[in-house]
Amino acid sequence: MTKNNNLEIYIHIPFCKRKCRYCDFLSFACSENVQKRYMDALKKEISAKSIKYESYVVTSVFIGGGTPSIVDPFWIKELMELVFDKFTISETAEITMEMNPGTVTKESLGLYKDAGINRLSMGLQSANDRELALLGRIHSFQEFLSAYASARSVGFFNINVDLMSALPRQSVESYMDTLDKVLNLSPPPEHISAYSLIVEEGTPFYVAYEKGELELPSEEDERLMYEKTEEILKLHGYRRYEISNYAKEGYECRHNVGYWVRENYAGFGLGAASMIENQRFSGETDLKKYLENPLAEREAEVLSLEEQMEEFMFLGLRLIKGVEEAVFKETFGKSIDDVYGEVLQKHCKEGLLIRERGRVFLSTRGLDVSNYVMADFILS
Amino acid sequence: MAGVDQTKIRNFCIVAHIDHGKSTLADRIIEKTGLLTSREMQAQVLDNMELERERGITIKAQSVRTVYRAKDGEEYIFNLIDTPGHVDFNYEVSRSLAACDGAILVVDAAQGIEAQTLANVYLALDHDLDVFPVINKIDLPSAEPDRVKDEIEDVIGIEAQDAPLISAKNGIGIEDVLEAIVEKIPAPEGDPAAPLQALIFDSIYDSYKGVIIFCRIMEGTVKKGTQIRMMATGAVEDVVEVGYFGAGQFIPCEELSAGMVGYITASIKNVKDTAVGDTVTDNRHPCAEPLPGYKKVQSMVYCGMYPADGAKYPDLRDALEKLQLNDASLFYEPETSIALGFGFRCGFLGLLHLEIIQERLEREYNLDLVTTAPGVVYKVYKTSGEVIELTNPSNLPDPSEIDYMEEPIVSAEIMVTKDFIGSIMELCQERRGVYLGMEFIEENRALLKYDLPLNEIIYDFFDALKSRSKGYASFDYDIKGYELSKLVKLDILINKEEVDALSFIVHADSAYERGRRMCEKLKEEIPRHLFEIPIQAAVGGKVIARETVRAMRKDVLAKCYGGDITRKKKLLEKQKEGKKRMRQIGNVEIPQKAFMSVLKLDDKK
Repeated sequence: MTKNNNLEIYIHIPFCKRKCRYCDFLSFACSENVQKRYMDALKKEISAKSIKYESYVVTSVFIGGGTPSIVDPFWIKELMELVFDKFTISETAEITMEMNPGTVTKESLGLYKDAGINRLSMGLQSANDRELALLGRIHSFQEFLSAYASARSVGFFNINVDLMSALPRQSVESYMDTLDKVLNLSPPPEHISAYSLIVEEGTPFYVAYEKGELELPSEEDERLMYEKTEEILKLHGYRRYEISNYAKEGYECRHNVGYWVRENYAGFGLGAASMIENQRFSGETDLKKYLENPLAEREAEVLSLEEQMEEFMFLGLRLIKGVEEAVFKETFGKSIDDVYGEVLQKHCKEGLLIRERGRVFLSTRGLDVSNYVMADFILS
Repeated sequence: MAGVDQTKIRNFCIVAHIDHGKSTLADRIIEKTGLLTSREMQAQVLDNMELERERGITIKAQSVRTVYRAKDGEEYIFNLIDTPGHVDFNYEVSRSLAACDGAILVVDAAQGIEAQTLANVYLALDHDLDVFPVINKIDLPSAEPDRVKDEIEDVIGIEAQDAPLISAKNGIGIEDVLEAIVEKIPAPEGDPAAPLQALIFDSIYDSYKGVIIFCRIMEGTVKKGTQIRMMATGAVEDVVEVGYFGAGQFIPCEELSAGMVGYITASIKNVKDTAVGDTVTDNRHPCAEPLPGYKKVQSMVYCGMYPADGAKYPDLRDALEKLQLNDASLFYEPETSIALGFGFRCGFLGLLHLEIIQERLEREYNLDLVTTAPGVVYKVYKTSGEVIELTNPSNLPDPSEIDYMEEPIVSAEIMVTKDFIGSIMELCQERRGVYLGMEFIEENRALLKYDLPLNEIIYDFFDALKSRSKGYASFDYDIKGYELSKLVKLDILINKEEVDALSFIVHADSAYERGRRMCEKLKEEIPRHLFEIPIQAAVGGKVIARETVRAMRKDVLAKCYGGDITRKKKLLEKQKEGKKRMRQIGNVEIPQKAFMSVLKLDDKK
C-alpha cells in the first residue's frame, strides 16, 4: 500500500448561541468563561499531539462547529498561530472556517483573514426569514447579505454557502427563490453545499416529526427541489462533485474530498475523530472530561483490510466521479472485481452504477438511492 | 409407604378462572402443610416452567404431595394435582380431573364467575368430583363475597354459604381451606390387591430416567419390577422406580397402591408411548378393561414454521424433537415452501399452544422463526370420492376436483355483562357464528351460546372479545364437529408472483374483506424497492384486491464528513443486515414478519 504523508486537520469548536432545531451535531451554548477554558484545552491538545505528526505535511485545516465564529476572534487568531507553529503547513493549504452570519463583523472577518484563513463556509440555509426562524437560526437573510459583503471586502475569495431544502412548510417556489438569491450575490459563492433536510433523532424536529407536527414537503416536492438544485446550479457554472456539494471549477472543498478519498486526518477538540494510517480514533464527547484532560489517549480502532475496502467504496462513491479501479487495486492488492464483482454486476444491471474508463460511479438514479447501493459494499 | 391408610388420602385439584388465584392458593397450601419452609418456596411452586410463570398460566399438569396434620390430630396426605388453565388443554384438564376425588373451586370475590370457571366446574362435576368453593381476594376493596356466594349457588348449584373466605395472596383463611379439604373431599377407594389399573394424567421426559409417568392408581399396586403395559399404545416395560411428588422433586418409595398419586419410571424413551388418558396395567395380571375416557390427542391448529436463517433447519428439527419428548400433543412434519424454503408443518391443540411452542423455540432454543398463518384442518371431499384432511392451504386440490369442503365448528360459551351483549353478538355474527341461545345467570350477566367456525376464532377472536367488552367477556369452547362450508383459497401475489406461504383458506363471504386487509397490511410491511410492487389478493386466479408499494425514490445520506463515517457505516451495516433477513420472492425482498401479517388483520390503527 502506498503511504503518503499528507495530513488534514480538523478543529472542533462546539459552541453556539443556541442550537438549531434540526441540528444533531455536538454543539451547545456556553458561557464565555467555559469557552476560554475550552480554547486553552484545545491549544494544549494541539501542542502536545502535534509531535506525532512531525513527518506530515498539512494540506488543509478546517475549523468547524458548532459556530467557530462565536468565540473571540483573537482566540481564533491565537489558535491558528499555534497551528502554523506546530505543523508543517503546505503553501497551498486550504484553510476553512465555518461561520454563522449572525456572529460576524467586518472586523472579525478581517482578523480571520489575518489569521491565515483563506476559505469561509457560511451557514445560510435559506433566504426566507420565516424559514430561518422555523429552523431556529439566529440570523436573518439581511444579516447574511451584510456578512457576505464584508467577507468579500476583507478579501475572502473562496466562500461556501450552506443551503437546505425540504424544510418544513417550504414550497418549491420558496426554495427556488433562495437559490436565485444566492446565485445573484455579487460575486456569487465559489461553492454551494445543498442538503436535503434529514430529520435526525434527538432533535426538536424529530420530536415534532414523531408527533406528526412537522409539515414536511411531499415526496414529489422534495424530489423536485433536489432535481432543480443540480439543474439550476449547473446552468450557473457549478459542477456537482458530491452528493450534496457543488463548486465552480477548481473550488471543490479539498478538505472534505480528503474524507471521501480516505486521506489521513487529525481531529482536535471535543468529539473530533481522527484517522491516521487506517487507525480511527474517536473523540472525547464529554466536555467536562475533555477540559480536565484534553491529552487523554483516545480509543483506537484498527481498520481491517475489509473495513478499509468498505470505506473506500462507500465514501468514494459519494463523489460524482466515483472510485478508480486502479487505485483500488493499488491500495488493496486485489482487483475490485475479485472483491465486489457480484455487487458491481448487480447494480450496473439495475442501472444504479456505471463502469466507464476504469472508474465506478453512481448513476443519477444511483445517487438518489445511494444507501441502497452502498449497503451492498459492506462485506461482513 | 406400604400399608397406607386410604382414608387419610385426599386427591384434589383446584379449578379457577385465569388470574383468580389458583397458583397462589396452591402455594399457600404447600406452605401451610409444612413440607416446605418459606425459604424454599419459590413464588408459585407449581408453575415451574419459566414461560408458565411469566404468562401466569399452567401448561403442563403438575402435582405435589404434602402432609397435613388436621385439627382432629390425624395426618392426611394431600395430593394436589394442578391442571392446565386454558381451553386449548381441555383434554389434559379432563384427565387431571379424573385423577382426583374432589376439587376446590376458587372464585374471585370481586369478579365472580367467568365462562372458564363454569367450563371447568362442569368438567369437574362431569367427573363426579365433589366440588367446594372458596372465595378468594376478599381483602380487595371491590370484594363482594355475599354476592359471589349467591352467584355460585344460583349458577352452579353447589352449596356456598359456608365457603371459606380467603386471601391466598396474604395468607388469610388458608387453615379453613385445609380443614375443608379433609372434611369435604372424599377419601379414594379401590382395592390394592386387584389387578393394576392406573390413569396417566401427564408424563414428562427426563434425560436420565426416561419418561416419567404421572398417574393415579385406581386399583391394584405397582412397584419396582412390575411389568407394565400401556393399554392404548401397547408399550410394555419393567418398572424401574415408583415414587411421589415432593415439591419440585421426585421422592422414590416402595410401591404405589390404589388411591395413591405418584410417578412411575420404566426406561421409556418417548412420551408418545405414555399418552395422557391411557391406562397402565400389570402385563402379567392385566385388568379387564382400560379406564374410560381415553382420547387420542388431535391437533386443531396448524401452521408452517421455518427458520429465519435457512441454515438453521437442522437446529429447528432438533428443537422440535426435544419439545415433542415432553409434549405429545405437538405434531410436526417436514414441508417445503417456495417462499420460505425448508421448514415444518406443525400441529397444535390451539393458538395458545402454538404461541407457547413458538416462544419456547425462540427463547429456549434461540431460533428465529417465520411462522405462516395458522389454519385449521379442513376436510376436502373430492369428486373421486377421496377425502383429504387439509392442513396446508398449498395442498388444496384444483377446484375442479373438489366436490365440497367441511370445516370444524366449535360450541362456544361466552359470558358477558349486560352492557356488552350487543357488541359481542355483533362480533359473533361477523365471525359467522350461529346463535343458539342466551341465559341470564344473574341480573347483570348473560351466557351466550354460539356455534362458531374454529377458523374464525383462532386468529384474534379472543383479543377482539376482550377489546369489545372492555375485558368483561370470558370465553370457552368445545369442538363440535365438521360442517359443510363455502371455502376458498385466498392467494397473495407479490409483484405478480404467488407466494405460497401467504395463502390461506377463508370463507367465500369474507374473502374480499380479508384479501383487502391483507394487501393493506403487506403494503405496510414490504419496504419500498427500486420499482413499483403490486400486491394482489386473488381467489381462483381472479384478483379481488390490490395495493401498490410505490417505488423508492430516495435513500441517501445528505452529509458524511470525517466524524460521521463510523455512524454512516453502522447505518449501512444495519441496512445490509436487514436485507439479509428478508426473503427473496422473485426480485422482491419481503421481511420475515410480513408472513405473520395475516395474524394481525384486526388491529386497527
